[in-house]
Amino acid sequence: MLDILLANLLSPIVLAFALGIIARLIRSDLSFPEPLYQALSIYLLLAIGLKGGAELSHTPGAVVLRPALVTLALGMLTPITSYVVLRKIGRMDRINAAAIAAHYGSVSAVTFIAAQTFGQLQGNLAEGFMPALVAMLEVPAIVVALMLVFARSNHHGSWREGLHEVLAGRSVVLLVGGLVIGYLSGTEGLKQVEPFFVSGFKGALTLFLLEMGLVAARRLRDLKKVGTFLVGFGIVMPILHGSLAVVLGHWAGLSVGGSAVLGAMVASASYIAAPAAVRISLPEANPTLYLTASLGITFPFNLALGIPLYFALAQWIGG
Amino acid sequence: MLTVTLKLVTIVAERVLQERLLRALKELGARGYTLTEVSGEGSRGVRASEWEGHNVKIETIVSPEVADRIIEHIAEHYFRYYAVIVYAQPVEVVRGDKYV
Repeated sequence: MLDILLANLLSPIVLAFALGIIARLIRSDLSFPEPLYQALSIYLLLAIGLKGGAELSHTPGAVVLRPALVTLALGMLTPITSYVVLRKIGRMDRINAAAIAAHYGSVSAVTFIAAQTFGQLQGNLAEGFMPALVAMLEVPAIVVALMLVFARSNHHGSWREGLHEVLAGRSVVLLVGGLVIGYLSGTEGLKQVEPFFVSGFKGALTLFLLEMGLVAARRLRDLKKVGTFLVGFGIVMPILHGSLAVVLGHWAGLSVGGSAVLGAMVASASYIAAPAAVRISLPEANPTLYLTASLGITFPFNLALGIPLYFALAQWIGG
Repeated sequence: MLTVTLKLVTIVAERVLQERLLRALKELGARGYTLTEVSGEGSRGVRASEWEGHNVKIETIVSPEVADRIIEHIAEHYFRYYAVIVYAQPVEVVRGDKYV
C-alpha cells in the first residue's frame, strides 16, 4: 500500500498539481490565461471521448451493459446519500445541501483521467470503454439533486435552464461528441488523430493539473469559512461512495483497474458541469460552500490519497 | 453633424448570466450591444464565475424608456443572488434612429 501511495505522489501530474498550489502560496505571478485553460479542457475531454468511443466500437454490448447500469444507479444514489448526510448530520439548509449533493453525485473528468493514468502506471489497465461511463455519471446526479429542491417547493430558479446548462455544457458536448466520433470512426479512425490526441495527452494533463493546483489553492483560503463538518464530508463521503463503487464495479464484471477507476469516478465531485447548473438553478446556494468542498477538499484528496486507496481496495477484492 | 441624446446602459455581470442577459436585452427592445470580458472586484468576494471565467460587460445604447425597462428587469431578477451592477448615462449619438 505504501509504495502504491508513493508511486502516485511522485507522478508528474500529482507533482504538477502540488507545484500549482505552492506557486499560489508563495504568491508567484504564475497564472494561466483563460483561453489556455479552455483549450486544455477541450483537448482533454475530446481526447478521452475519442479513445472511449473507438474502444466501444469493438466492445460487445453485453460487456458494457452491467457496468453501465451500475454507473447509472450510483449516479442517482450518490446525490441522495450526500443530501441526507448534509441535512441530517451537517444540519444544512435544503438549498445548500442539494447544491453540494449535485456536485458530489456528478463526476470530475480530471479525477477519472488521473485514476486511469495511475492504473496504466500500475499495470492495472481499466476497460477502454470507461469514458462512456463518465458521460453517464455526469448528468443524472445533477437532475436528481435539483429535483430534491424543485419537487418540494415552488422554487423561483429555473431547473430547465439548469438542465440545459448541463446537457449543452461543454463537458457533456465534448465527451458525448467524442464518444460518438470515436465510435463511428472506429480504431482505424482514431489512428489518424493519434499523434495529436493520444501522444500529447499526458503532457496536456500535466499542464492542466498545474492550473488545477493554482485554482485549488485559491480555494484553500476558504477552508476556514466552510467549517469542519464540510471538510470532513469532503473526505469521508468520497471514501464511502468510492468503496461502494469499487464493490459494485467488481460485481458488474469490471477488472481490478476498471472497478478502481469507477471508484474514483463515483468518489469525485464535479467542478465544471455542476457549478454552472447550480448557479443558474439554485442561485441562492452559496458557491463558497460547494466550490471549496469540491475543488479545495475532495479533488486534492482523491488525487493524492483516494485513487491509490480505491486501487488497493479493488486489488484486495478482485486480485 | 446632428446628434441626439440617448442612454448608454452598462451592465457588468458574472459570466454565467451572459446568455440570459443578452436574451433579455433583445426582448426589452435593445437593437444591439457590445460585449467585453472584464475583471474586477466588488462587494461579492467569491463568485461561481471565478472558476468559469471572467465577468462580462455589456453595453447598449437605447431610448430612455428601454433603459428604464432594462434596469428594472435586472434589479428584479438578478440583484439578490448574483454579482451584477447596472448603470445608465446620457450619450450623444449621430444616426439616432439606429438605436431605437
